[in-house]
Amino acid sequence: MAQHLLAEQNVMSNKRRQRRCLVVACGALAKEIVALRSQLALARSGSVSGPGALGSGEEVMTLQCLPAGFHNTPGKIAPAVEEILRDCAHEFDSVFVAYGECGTGGALDDVLKRYGASRMTGAHCYEFYAGGDLYEQIIEEQIGSFFLTDYLVKNFDRLIITGLGLDRFPHLRDDYFGNYTQLVYLSQTKDAALLQKAFGAADRLGLELRHIHVGYGGLASELEAVTKAVAKAAPGKIAPSPQSIEQLHVRG
Amino acid sequence: MSDEDEIILKDLNDADLVDQMKDDLYDGLADEVFEGVEILLERGWDANLVLSDALVEGMRIVGVDFRDGILFVPEVLQCAGAMKKGMGLLRPILAQSSTKSSTGKFVIGTVKGDIHDIGKNLVGMMLEGAGFEVIDLGINNPVENYLEAIDKHRPNVLGMSALLTTTMPYMGVVIEELDKRGILKELPVMVGGAPLNQEFADAINATSYGRDAAMSAELAKTLVGKNM
Repeated sequence: MAQHLLAEQNVMSNKRRQRRCLVVACGALAKEIVALRSQLALARSGSVSGPGALGSGEEVMTLQCLPAGFHNTPGKIAPAVEEILRDCAHEFDSVFVAYGECGTGGALDDVLKRYGASRMTGAHCYEFYAGGDLYEQIIEEQIGSFFLTDYLVKNFDRLIITGLGLDRFPHLRDDYFGNYTQLVYLSQTKDAALLQKAFGAADRLGLELRHIHVGYGGLASELEAVTKAVAKAAPGKIAPSPQSIEQLHVRG
Repeated sequence: MSDEDEIILKDLNDADLVDQMKDDLYDGLADEVFEGVEILLERGWDANLVLSDALVEGMRIVGVDFRDGILFVPEVLQCAGAMKKGMGLLRPILAQSSTKSSTGKFVIGTVKGDIHDIGKNLVGMMLEGAGFEVIDLGINNPVENYLEAIDKHRPNVLGMSALLTTTMPYMGVVIEELDKRGILKELPVMVGGAPLNQEFADAINATSYGRDAAMSAELAKTLVGKNM
C-alpha cells in the first residue's frame, strides 16, 4: 500500500518537474502530429536543458485523437472534444486542439472558450495545411475545389466512397460532386504511390486533379508555437487533479 | 425474397397501397414509388392527394428518421430520388390541374462562396410537395441575385442555404441588405444548412430557421398562413 502511494507521489513530482501540453486532434492528423512532435523534440533536445526541456516529445506533448470519421459528421466533434477536456484538461498546463472550425458551427469554439484552449487557425485542415493565402487563391480561381490531404487520399475509399454511401449508391456521385470542378490534392509528403492514388480518386469523382505539395504548413508552425510556450513557461505550477488527490487519500 | 412474398401493388387496396408507397419511398425504391403513383392516378385519385398523402407524408417520415440519426444522407438521397421519380409523373398533371392552388412563391438559393446544394434541393422538393412554386437560384448566389429574384418573382418567402461555417455569415449580409431596402418588413426569410442553429438564425435576424427539409416546408406554410 505504501509503495503504491510512493509511486503515485513520484508520478506527481515528475509531473511538477515537466510541464506538459495536451493536444486533442482529429485522427486524420495523428500521423503528421506524431512526426512533427518527434521533429520538434529532436530539434530542441540539444539546446534546451533543465526543467521544461523537450525529450522525445511525448513527455511534453500528449496526443489524444478522435475518429477521423467525424469529418463526415461534424456535429460530433465539439461534444467529443469537450468530453476529453472535461476528463483530463486539468492534468495539463495547456491544451491545444488540432482541429479547424471543421463545420461545427461555432460549437467547437464555445467548448474551447470554456476550457481556455485554442485550436488551429482556419476553417479546415486543408486551409491550415495550404496556408490562408494559397487556400483563398485556389478557391478564388475555382470555387468548385474539393480538397484531399495525404490522410484523405490514403483513406479515400473508407471516408469518401463508403462514408458518403457511394459504394452502395454509386449513382449519387453527381448529387455530391456535381458542382465540383477539380480535386486539389494538398500533399504533406512526396509519395508517388499516394499521388497515383489521388489520380484514381479524381477519376472516380469525375474531376481534374491538381496536385500541390504543401508539407505540414500551419500545423508545423502552430505545434512549434505550442511546444515553445510550454517549454518557456515557469515550471512547477501543475496542481494534481482532484481525482489524483482522491486516489492518493484512498490508497493512503 | 421469393416470388410468393413479392407484393403486387395493384392487388392492394388504396390505404394499403399508400402505406406500401411510403415504405417503398423510405427504402428508396424509385420504380415502385412511380408504379404506386400510376396506380393511384388510374384509380382516379387527385394528383394533389397522391402527392400529399403518399409522397410528402413518406418524406416527412424520412425527415424524422434523418433528424433522429436512423437514416443518413445517402439513404435520404435515395428516398429523395424515389420521390422525384413519383413527382415527375405528377408535376405535369398538377401544372394543368384546375384545382391547383399554389401555397405561395418561394425563392431559394445557396449563398455566395458555397456550392453545396443537397440540403437546398431537398427543401425545394418538400416545398414543391407542399404546393409552393419554387424558384431555385442554384448555388453561389451574391446578394444581387436574391434582390433580382425578389424583384422579378415577388415571392412570399425567401430561403437561403449554406453548408460551410465560412459562408453562413453571408446570410446575415443578405438580410442586412434586405433590411436597408425595407424589404425585410414584408418578406419572411428562412435560413438552413448543416452548421446552422436557431441561435445563429436569431443573431442574423432571420425570420425562421429550418432544421430539416420537412420542417422547413411546414414552417414555410406557417409563414404564408397556410398551415392553420
